[in-house]
Amino acid sequence: MAAEEVSLSGHIQHHLTNAKMCSTDTGLAFNKACSDSGFWTWHIDTLAWSIGLGLLFLWVFKSAASKATLGVPGKWQCFIEMVVEFVDLNVKDTFHGKSKLIAPLALTIFVWVFLMNLMDLIPVDFLPALAGLIGSSAFGMDSHDVYMKVVPTTDINLTAALAIGVFLLMIGYSIKIKGIKGFIAELTLHPFSSDNKLVQVLLIPFNLLLETIALVAKPFSLALRLFGNLYAGELIFILIGAVGLMQLPLHFIWAIFHILVIVLQAFVFMMLTIVYLSMASSDNH
Amino acid sequence: MELVLGLKYIAVALLIGFGAIGTAIGFGNMGGKFLEACARQPDLAPSLQVKMFILAGLIDAVAMIGVGIAMVLLFVL
Repeated sequence: MAAEEVSLSGHIQHHLTNAKMCSTDTGLAFNKACSDSGFWTWHIDTLAWSIGLGLLFLWVFKSAASKATLGVPGKWQCFIEMVVEFVDLNVKDTFHGKSKLIAPLALTIFVWVFLMNLMDLIPVDFLPALAGLIGSSAFGMDSHDVYMKVVPTTDINLTAALAIGVFLLMIGYSIKIKGIKGFIAELTLHPFSSDNKLVQVLLIPFNLLLETIALVAKPFSLALRLFGNLYAGELIFILIGAVGLMQLPLHFIWAIFHILVIVLQAFVFMMLTIVYLSMASSDNH
Repeated sequence: MELVLGLKYIAVALLIGFGAIGTAIGFGNMGGKFLEACARQPDLAPSLQVKMFILAGLIDAVAMIGVGIAMVLLFVL
């Protein structure tokens, strides 16, 4: 917590606010100046942490790959191979078509989401307080005005962006494998169909409604599941952090439970991506 | 204003509580069935476990969306 006493709800608010950046008439503006800048507001902390963790993932895996030996592998190489093989196994079990994209995509999603979720286990006050200290000593700002939300997946913009990426891939794969006609047919001639042409035409709007809802619900549930889990978890960490010395055992218990949540959510996001893409590229109805 | 605040707390309680009931029933059913299946066919356990975790994520989702909305109501709005 900051030096002077702030209310609990203000403390929580401070933790859950992103560092914003937007351009105004006078140039770039930050945080509170951006409160009414509308759509073009950048959450710079989310962007910085997520891109940084993405680069970390790339660097770690690339260095492990370039140092890989056929002889006795080191522990680090074994670990990377385990991760790659685990993802590879799941992709092979679930995705039956041929694609060069799916397995690297699944690996990226799994490790990246995992790393972003892992930021949740860093003590909640540590990085925001550090940012506040830097902001107040180097830039002369009030440390209450320095916002820093370190877990990128607790920002719905990021999870929604990931889900939209998967959604576009789903549509792209559908059109690529089945053609435009096949894609439209899938949306309109399913699940209710009839041999009678007139009845079939009458059923099209109903089918279209059902299938569109089913299609659009996928990215929504993908984004909101990850966001909801991590947001609720982060909030409970913040609440525990506010109870004084008793927080140490509580933190320990919740962090152990949270390790499960972190890996599970990364895994579920990866699996559902594979399943959705597999559904999109299978040609059987 | 106080009425609005009280209603907000009730809404949060309902969101979290009913979500929890739903997931509890879902997890109970699924975990029980999983153990039963594992006891009958132990060699299928690994592949069932993967599928169970996917379903766990699916069951979790709706309740967690509710919890997320409840937390936003409680602390942000």
